[in-house]
Amino acid sequence: MDFEFEKPLQPLRDQIAALQSKHAKGDAAADAELTELQRRLEAETAKLYANLTAWDIVQIARHPGRPTCRQYAEKMCDEFIELHGDRVFGDDPAILGGLARIGNTRFMLIGHQKGATTEERMACRFGMANPEGYRKAIRLMHVAEKWGIPVVTLVDTAGAYPGLDAEARGQAEAIGRNLLEMAGLRTPILAIVTGEGGSGGAIGIAVGDRVLMLEFATYSVISPEGCASILWRDGAKAPDAAKALHITSHDLARLKVIDGIIPEPTGGAHTDAEKTIANVRSAILENLKKLSAVTNGDRLVENRYRKFAAMGHFDKRHAVPID
Amino acid sequence: MGWFTKKEAAPQEPLADIWHVCPKCQAHVFKDEWISNQMVCPKCGHHDRLTCRQRVEMLIDPDTFREFGTEIVPSDPLKFSDAKGPYAPKAAATVKKLGQSESVIIGSGNIEGTRVVLAVMDFRFLGGSLSTGAGEKITKAIEHAISFNRAFIMVSASGGARMHEGILSLMQMAKTCAALSKLERAGLPYISILTDPTTGGVSASYALLGDVNIAEPGTLIGFAGRRVIETTIKQKLPDDFQTAEYLRDHGFVDAIVQRKDLKKFLATLLSYRMK
Repeated sequence: MDFEFEKPLQPLRDQIAALQSKHAKGDAAADAELTELQRRLEAETAKLYANLTAWDIVQIARHPGRPTCRQYAEKMCDEFIELHGDRVFGDDPAILGGLARIGNTRFMLIGHQKGATTEERMACRFGMANPEGYRKAIRLMHVAEKWGIPVVTLVDTAGAYPGLDAEARGQAEAIGRNLLEMAGLRTPILAIVTGEGGSGGAIGIAVGDRVLMLEFATYSVISPEGCASILWRDGAKAPDAAKALHITSHDLARLKVIDGIIPEPTGGAHTDAEKTIANVRSAILENLKKLSAVTNGDRLVENRYRKFAAMGHFDKRHAVPID
Repeated sequence: MGWFTKKEAAPQEPLADIWHVCPKCQAHVFKDEWISNQMVCPKCGHHDRLTCRQRVEMLIDPDTFREFGTEIVPSDPLKFSDAKGPYAPKAAATVKKLGQSESVIIGSGNIEGTRVVLAVMDFRFLGGSLSTGAGEKITKAIEHAISFNRAFIMVSASGGARMHEGILSLMQMAKTCAALSKLERAGLPYISILTDPTTGGVSASYALLGDVNIAEPGTLIGFAGRRVIETTIKQKLPDDFQTAEYLRDHGFVDAIVQRKDLKKFLATLLSYRMK
């Protein structure tokens, strides 16, 4: 069982396992019962996943078995040429970047790398980037702009790394600079939140002309735990904070912060990485095709400006009543 | 009479109202003396926080400030509610209490005769948090600077993004920086003044992107909170960590300027604008 919220499914799963272990091949009655049980499990699972709470979705978004950026680069693309370094300080493994091709579609792929093994996770600080990671990202975006290829970013981070060295080298400035530079980039940008979209560390590579989310990804100004410990003075209230913050793909689509949702297999991306990667692949091809319609750099930048200027545009309907 | 020059004769006031105790050196100084010293401790030089109106009075020539964007008040797009109750009435009460529509006020004004566009944050307003309203006001100010071909001056004082507005407050980081990108293409000067404190999402968006970044002495400037970092790296941080001086020594702040010299310094910088 991957998640606590899947507990209601356990009796059915146990029943299926018991039947599978003891029944002999060719027992028609047992076969029929098994098929029926599996059908019920599928139906129950679908029902459960259609009614997840925000906190359940946080657990799925953080599952360590979700495809990582490197898996997308290697399994989704027909070619991936990794490019390293920020040309100033070093190479941050928490941000992966390089030239990528799917069929005849070429683009610059940049994303947070959380790592698949414990060793790799440690090396890339679980996808929490240092300033040199953000500076590598913007360097590669400028290469893409110069070469006339679009940028695709995959966002999956708990947040930018909160370390002494990160502060000393200007974590805040690096993220802010990326926001400014991405806003003016004269090539299309497609951003996809594939797992955790953690605050400034996420938006630092997510100023996209189109922003998509995987179905069970989250995108938030602060972690539910962080919000709960500040506003509820109790980290254990994270499920309440998760709900109040509106961080799921469906919430964000309603708020018009994202432009589309990429479906995940029932049970989450980690239960069928291949299917998830295929879904992301089609979404990239479809959206890059849409974005290629605007070829004029000025118009592209102006459209992007309008898109972000409209977010939280002052609307009297939401204004708090002041008497 | 101006705010800093105002002398209040109040013989019946209790002692506590006559003295100001410096939070840094604990020195007792006459409140009037401290106020006329722009809330800087005459003993140790500690710069206390100013309200946005005090800041405007300090930087802008008398009777030249024209505020705009006051119709933009806080929004509650998420109908947010936490342990202490709903956000909307708290925000509304803050507007009334402080007499400003959001955590930032914006307007045009003269600095020694040069007209500029100014945005000033106020830490008293929900920790100076960046909200949709604040983001909208800052964006409006930058657009105004572009329309009128003026320099843009930002005075930050903020704990970061306003959680009560969720993802939409995070988006204000992108929105304000997109406006700065426009300002840059228009070739207009951007001067950023960082005052205590400038942290979180505000430090990670417009605050450190000035053509010139100025900070007041001792200002706290940083992305992550001190405790979060200490927990992460499991070591004690240096005493001067995330101070204006630390940022200057690491190459992120151009100059540390005493409050009393700030207006003159800005006027001098502006005199270098030749187009």
